[in-house]
Amino acid sequence: MSDGLTRRIIACLDVTKGRVVKGIQFVDLIDAGDPAELAHAHAASGADEIVLLDITATSDARPILIDVVRRTARQLFVPFTVGGGVRSLEDAAALFDAGADKISINSAAIKNPAIITEIAERFGSQAVIVAIDAKRKSAASDAECAPGSRAQRANLGEANVEGSRAERANLEGQTVAAEVYLAGGRIATGQDALEWAREAESRGAGEILLTSMDCDGTRNGFDCPLTAAVAQAVHIPVIASGGAGTPAHFTEVFQAGHADAALAASIFHFGIHDVRELKAQLESDGIPVRLPC
Amino acid sequence: MITLIDYKAGNLASVRKAFAYLGQETETTEDPAAVQKASALVLPGVGHFSTTERLAMSGVRDAVLEAIAEGTPFLGICVGMQWQFEGSTEAPGSEGLALFSGQCERFQTELKVPHVGWNRIRRTPEGAQSRLLRGVDEGSFVYFTHSYRAPVVEGVAAITTYGETFAAAVERGNVFGTQFHPEKSGDTGLQILKNFCNYAAERSAR
Repeated sequence: MSDGLTRRIIACLDVTKGRVVKGIQFVDLIDAGDPAELAHAHAASGADEIVLLDITATSDARPILIDVVRRTARQLFVPFTVGGGVRSLEDAAALFDAGADKISINSAAIKNPAIITEIAERFGSQAVIVAIDAKRKSAASDAECAPGSRAQRANLGEANVEGSRAERANLEGQTVAAEVYLAGGRIATGQDALEWAREAESRGAGEILLTSMDCDGTRNGFDCPLTAAVAQAVHIPVIASGGAGTPAHFTEVFQAGHADAALAASIFHFGIHDVRELKAQLESDGIPVRLPC
Repeated sequence: MITLIDYKAGNLASVRKAFAYLGQETETTEDPAAVQKASALVLPGVGHFSTTERLAMSGVRDAVLEAIAEGTPFLGICVGMQWQFEGSTEAPGSEGLALFSGQCERFQTELKVPHVGWNRIRRTPEGAQSRLLRGVDEGSFVYFTHSYRAPVVEGVAAITTYGETFAAAVERGNVFGTQFHPEKSGDTGLQILKNFCNYAAERSAR
């Protein structure tokens, strides 16, 4: 029972029209349930935080569903983040009032970076997460989740994790280049993900939520080199997202990806993995987690 | 009735709904007169230490000190706990309540700052009989988010380690404080808030 900060497992609810949905790489959505019910189920099974993202608020140009947030927050006593369609200080204030502990901003922050500072000054940096949807600039096969790169990694040999990690870190220095996307992955911005993460930190963001668009929905694993590059670029916590399929993927993103937290949605929804089971596996891999939870 | 002190720095909703869940009524005020006659006071805090300046300016600081002297139960959360110390290097000009000795300082560690997430609390010898932590298992996890931390001095009931060891909870007479957020710390946090409510109820029954 060692002391120190644990790595967080965050359950994400992608919500549209008041229902939780899941798609592959942001399209082909299927219904996964009621947000309040799922949030409580995840918290009860050991999720360290809950994130609710209204994934169509921005593309529909409408405000986030406050009543869904209020209903979900009412009996939730772990940190609760809400994002999607936060465009102003007023939007953020309404979400905090409805029971959100943190807000996640994405498109609005790219369009108007000053909003990060505005919300951070009023509610504190701890309440502001800047979400970055990033896609590798080079061929998608560079991403950790691509079958080619995983085969390559297997060849490096898990027996010498430290060595292979160092080797990869060397490669990463030159090769990780990713572009920021907007509006749920619909619009390319031309902006470099690492530079944007640094700017978000300097403007007052308290955490970075990094989603790999290449890996999201594939269940082939997180983009560890991209996560590691962002984690090294900033001093604030980095939440890795996109690609979780097995407990081993979480171990990889905490070890090789240097993530402070990892987020997943679909693997928790249909009861494929219980958070508690996942944590037990992480603990046996030597990752500090909140157990019992 | 629990009186939540609002100093317009952040978000009271989470604390309010945690007390509501425990069946405890709350009111929110920044009026010194209401603070003085409160039966129990909670100062939830997020953000910068300098925001406590507002409490001095408005007369709430003096009202809190008077209420404490009269035995009113007082719980400070996060910056609300830090305010119970002498001050913080985050805002050298802003005076704390000096109920506990020492200054709050930024973490001096190679680890990432802020310290965000779930970490364990452990009772100090002094905190073995803590009322606030009654029923809380040794080494329980609670949720932190902060860049400054208070020193381990007399009155510290529990400690946490993040690169260095710091005050996680304080307790002296009717004054309680937590660096972590009990309203975000699951069942452990709810137990702590319930302990505070029970203490407040016992006191007002007397």
